[in-house]
Amino acid sequence: MIQDTIAEIKNPALSIQDLCVYYDQNKAVKNVSVDIKKNTVTAIMGPSGCGKSTLLRALNRMHELYDNIRTEGKVLIHDQNIYDVPAIKLRRQMGMVFQRPNPFPTMSIYENVIAGYKLNGIRLKKGEKDEVVERSLRDVALWDEVKDTLHKKGTFLSGGQQQRLCIARALAFGPEIILMDEPTSALDPIATSKVEDLLVKLKENYTIILVTHNMTQAARISDYSLFMYLGELVEYGKTKNMFTNPIDPRTEQYLTGKFG
Amino acid sequence: MNTTENIRLQDTSKGRQLKDKLILGLVILLSLITISPIVLIIGKLVAKGYRQISLEFLIKNTPDTYTAMTALANGERIPGGIANGIVGTLIMVVLASAIAIPVGIIVGIFLYENPGKRLANFTRSLSDVLQGVPSIVLGLISYLWVVKHVTNGYSALAGAVSLAIMMLPMIVRSTEETLKMIPNTLKEAALALGTPYHKVILRVLIPTGFSGMFTGILLGISRVLGETAPLMLTALGSSMINLDISKPTSAVPLLIWEFYNDPNMIDLIWSSSLMLMAIVLILNLISKQIAKKTK
Repeated sequence: MIQDTIAEIKNPALSIQDLCVYYDQNKAVKNVSVDIKKNTVTAIMGPSGCGKSTLLRALNRMHELYDNIRTEGKVLIHDQNIYDVPAIKLRRQMGMVFQRPNPFPTMSIYENVIAGYKLNGIRLKKGEKDEVVERSLRDVALWDEVKDTLHKKGTFLSGGQQQRLCIARALAFGPEIILMDEPTSALDPIATSKVEDLLVKLKENYTIILVTHNMTQAARISDYSLFMYLGELVEYGKTKNMFTNPIDPRTEQYLTGKFG
Repeated sequence: MNTTENIRLQDTSKGRQLKDKLILGLVILLSLITISPIVLIIGKLVAKGYRQISLEFLIKNTPDTYTAMTALANGERIPGGIANGIVGTLIMVVLASAIAIPVGIIVGIFLYENPGKRLANFTRSLSDVLQGVPSIVLGLISYLWVVKHVTNGYSALAGAVSLAIMMLPMIVRSTEETLKMIPNTLKEAALALGTPYHKVILRVLIPTGFSGMFTGILLGISRVLGETAPLMLTALGSSMINLDISKPTSAVPLLIWEFYNDPNMIDLIWSSSLMLMAIVLILNLISKQIAKKTK
């Protein structure tokens, strides 16, 4: 069920049309159609196993790594179906941040930030590299904490710092959209609030799609919310409206803690 | 809790403590039994072999029987050394590694990437079987392939081929196991940055698993360093340093066998064995250190 206000989204950053994802014969995401607005934080909420991560991972074609997962439907970015462009090109437009911080253990903090360039064989001049690293780390408010230890291994940082490093790594490559799969679920409350503040700041320049099973987090930082249940898109709308006045009874039950 | 129960509890706890001590004693005893052979072996080698070890021992070729006999008769230290064996072992191990390491790593990556495919399962089982093939049989195979048809005579190349076949399954296995231990999220992280697949393997997976793979390689090398049987059928041996890989070549374990068969040179067994042991031990320690560092 889609709220009226949503129907007006023009020039969406991403237009998901009739997307289905199957694990073997099991349909995990059922015919989801959604337009994501530019420069907003859109939260995907729902109980465990409702297909939120599966939906998110379909957007940068992560499922193609696994033989037993099949995707159907269209996802348009600038009116082009993501399944028609090379996955490599697509993934450069869409950064992804994972549930657990996963910096590359063999690389220093500095190398982790520019890993996107390094791994893709894009040569930068020393000055450009320094600039990208500093800008990305400043964006994630990590610069002051690590500027003296840039050449230490990224895995020496605390969990929260590692996660911000991973966000910086995603930002460094200049994506348009950032996909986040429960980025704070492995973090303590202080680190969580830092990451949340960061997301609110980042939406000025990026479109953020955030999977979370934490309703209060969705309420705090998202502009739009998408509620999924058993693989279906139940409700999509402005977060404020959804939390104060949900249309679908299932959304209301979930938001009031009756299940999930 | 009433008193009788309390007493009963104390009783059982005493019994348990006694059992605990007994088991501990047994474990210590068994551990001692396990480590005693290696301690005794090294002790014996050092005691019997240290007198022969000198710079000369490392840089001179094996003496002939007559020289050794004269030295023995005069009560002198046997002159000469095992340089021909050391050089031959080095050449063959390096050659064997050059063959086995690239092939082993590539096959290991293939097995890791295609866990369910029939070809991979087939390769994995065969590689396990290969690991169990007696080394003398590998020597025989290399004799048939290389000695008979490639070098037309005993050669270092033939020895290296038999050693390479021995190393191969070890490297395949350690590469696959190491890669399996790398969390999938790391691979996904690299792919999510738009990295092409081959670069994910080359720039992320291999560097991350490097220490594990390196440990496997070192263990494989130390395993083939001491191989004698296949070399008897392939490299044969030589009393001079030989750098031509198509000619018969000596190796330290081959020399030990030759010394054993010559009553005049039997004293050299100990020092040569000591050298071989030392190299293997050092390689083992290095691989342990590397494994520890990256944990």
